[in-house]
Amino acid sequence: MISSGYFLKGFKSVRSANSPAIALGCSFLAIGALLKNIGFNFQQSFFSTFFTYALPGQLVMAESFLIGASLINIFIGVWLVNARLFPMAISMFPLLKHKNQPKWKYYLSCHFLAVSSWLIMKKDYRTIHENYRIDFWMGIGTATWSIAIASTVLGFLVSDYLSKDMMIGLAIVNPVYFFCMLLGSMKNIVIGTSVVLGTILGPVFYLVSPEWCILYGGVTAGIIAFLVGEFND
Amino acid sequence: MTDLSSSIILVIAVTSIATYLSRSLGVLFSERIDENSKIFRLFDCIAYSTLAALISKVVVFPAGDLVEANNLIRFIVVFVCVGVFFITKRNLIYPTVLSAILLTVLIKFV
Repeated sequence: MISSGYFLKGFKSVRSANSPAIALGCSFLAIGALLKNIGFNFQQSFFSTFFTYALPGQLVMAESFLIGASLINIFIGVWLVNARLFPMAISMFPLLKHKNQPKWKYYLSCHFLAVSSWLIMKKDYRTIHENYRIDFWMGIGTATWSIAIASTVLGFLVSDYLSKDMMIGLAIVNPVYFFCMLLGSMKNIVIGTSVVLGTILGPVFYLVSPEWCILYGGVTAGIIAFLVGEFND
Repeated sequence: MTDLSSSIILVIAVTSIATYLSRSLGVLFSERIDENSKIFRLFDCIAYSTLAALISKVVVFPAGDLVEANNLIRFIVVFVCVGVFFITKRNLIYPTVLSAILLTVLIKFV
């Protein structure tokens, strides 16, 4: 079963001074308002974040839906923009593995994988005993996921009171917060190279392929950073 | 159930499956990966760089409401907020709050 002590410790970690709660809240508030504006009802907006919980993917979904894209096009568009979750999972779940823990916890809790929860876990995992890291992770994930769902609902309810300028202001909060968080995580030359090259190559590859730029830019930058690390060892 | 309502439900289902696919495949592959292996280090680098690529793409070539703010204004906001982040000893709250206020003010008056 889940260790309630470690689960609560993870859950409470979003209360810290540098918590992603504000950035998450602002971003999903905007998503809630956007979903209402494109014709989603209350339940549909709620379940969109409940089942997806990935901001860029939901944005692609909303835009694709608006222009009447086919389901297969929506699937490919969302999969491409959310493909970052694959390397994020591979670079985190080995840290949470323990022979005493059942597999269902990993496959259930991977739904909580997002930039905010991933960065918190990568920062804090060393402070948690290996046996309980998955429970700690489930606590973090449940907290960030709950904030996202509550904010979507709030955004849906207050959408009529949000001006265009306010929506634009909310849209910048997420990239600024996570960019600062990434800069703060540059503890060595390998991660530093990954972040700097990824920042440059993402937009550069957009000029070549707007759909694949995140994957092309991220994979190219990641391989170069890895090689930099290997040569420095 | 109306046509619009059922098509929204299908869109949510497709979006959720596409998203869970990346997450669950990552867990599946990670079962055989040791945290001290080179492949783990490679994926760690790719994870950080992919996130950085996504964030910079959102700022440089945005979608949604952010398109309404021109490039110069977006860059000014990001540079000022990164500066505030380092000046305030890596506090994340100040740049986060400032970003929304600064962008709204700049759009209004520039």
